[in-house]
Amino acid sequence: MWFFRSPEIVFGDGALERLSEIQGRCALIVTDANIMSLGLAEPVRRRLEAAGLTVRLFTEVEPDPSLDLVRRGAAIARECSPDWIVGLGGGSCLDAAKAIWIGYERPDLEPDAIGPVGTLGLRQKARLVAIPTTSGTGAEVTWPIVLTDAAEQRKVSVGHPENTPDLAIVDPALVRDLPPQITAETGLDVLTHAIEGYTCAWANDFSDGLCLQAARMVFEYLPRAYRHGAQDPLAREKMHNAATLAGLGFGNAMAALAHALGHALGAVLHLPHGRMVGLCLPYTMEFTAGGDAPTRYQELARSLGFTGAASPGDDAATALAAAIRDLARSVDQPLCLRDAGFGDDAFAAALDDLTAAALMDSTIILGPRYPSEEEVRQLLGCIHCGDPATF
Amino acid sequence: MSFLFGSQEWLEAYQQAINSSPAYKRAAATWEGDFCFVVVPEMMYDKPFIYYLDLWHGDCRSCALVEEESAYTPAYRLETSDTNWRAVIEKRLDPLQGMMTRRIKLEGDMAKIMRAVPAAKELVNCAASVPTAFPPVR
Repeated sequence: MWFFRSPEIVFGDGALERLSEIQGRCALIVTDANIMSLGLAEPVRRRLEAAGLTVRLFTEVEPDPSLDLVRRGAAIARECSPDWIVGLGGGSCLDAAKAIWIGYERPDLEPDAIGPVGTLGLRQKARLVAIPTTSGTGAEVTWPIVLTDAAEQRKVSVGHPENTPDLAIVDPALVRDLPPQITAETGLDVLTHAIEGYTCAWANDFSDGLCLQAARMVFEYLPRAYRHGAQDPLAREKMHNAATLAGLGFGNAMAALAHALGHALGAVLHLPHGRMVGLCLPYTMEFTAGGDAPTRYQELARSLGFTGAASPGDDAATALAAAIRDLARSVDQPLCLRDAGFGDDAFAAALDDLTAAALMDSTIILGPRYPSEEEVRQLLGCIHCGDPATF
Repeated sequence: MSFLFGSQEWLEAYQQAINSSPAYKRAAATWEGDFCFVVVPEMMYDKPFIYYLDLWHGDCRSCALVEEESAYTPAYRLETSDTNWRAVIEKRLDPLQGMMTRRIKLEGDMAKIMRAVPAAKELVNCAASVPTAFPPVR
């Protein structure tokens, strides 16, 4: 028994117009200073006001939102009593919006105590709209929330299926001018969601097709979106849709080892999520294929056209890992931590913390091969220096 | 030789499996919290039974078959049918998925459990390593 959850999804040119039809009295937009300075909040505010809503703004979201940030946002929500929370921005803003919504509806619940079991009882006070301004996290359609425990220097994965947004607005106009670097790293985040969603322990018939289609679209459109940006609106739109498709796919399955390591690298080294999970992905695939557990890399590679039907599973993983590294190269992304500017001494100093953070991440258990502590250290070593993780 | 699920022998073998597992010891190094596991008869047993584990810093300090539940105040209580427990032990049902779909009822601090998912997986691995027999399906 399992379930599939999805918000209403409005996508394509003009999708933002859906906001003009919202019924309510007050909306709290949860976003960050960068979105404000880019002017992306204004068309959202305008449409909400056209719908007759009073609009309040909470613009303090920081990259890797902290537990304290969520508490502050929930206090603002309690003060203005919105009946809509509108998350606007990248994954950090959307995750913050979800957690703030829960804090508003359930002030008795600390942000790090939001678990996926039981009943939250949301939607007594408000509903949630999620509007992504990057093409990466898929957070507009998923329920997991990644927050940062600043004191413990680790990411905290929380969330409940109930906090899946009610409405996702996937409008390519909001990503038209995304800088190339963010296009690249968020695009590799999409690919990681698609591949881990397809190959993790909780993959299912309902998520498989979404993950496959998203992976195909990333290989086809990410290099175009990276190279041509606003000059290639089709590639932009396809990548924006791919992010949402992958979000639906992995959000209804789960992520795995690349996310456990990526979360650890993000929390300890303060590096961007998409760049880190994308960098880890080929290594974790090689490692996983080297274990005894069956994997789905062969069918995935075949579906994506990277290997012949007769290839054994480990060859398929190798072929896929090579294709991912080629893709990363084509969008000028680092292939190892050294390439990302992380020196040997700094890595050695951080290795214990990175290992501990990865071992505590709940996604670490969801791949076909569950690494020991020593194997996590070895894997991180490979990710640092660029050696294939064939052990 | 296999041990009948729900017997004292099975429980002691489970405790031994936990205490001899380096993987569990690592994953649960900071875990502090005891459990009551409630087995509700559905397909194999006639009566409910409960077993108790006191888990502390990677060890199982004590275990017991519970005769009077009110005598225990564990940090966590997990309840499901004999069929579902068997599926967990045989790794056909992920306990976290079981809890999320309400097939397994959990009482206790969810946030703490979510920080210890790898430890929970090792606990299941330990149970799976015990040669376990079940009564015939009724």
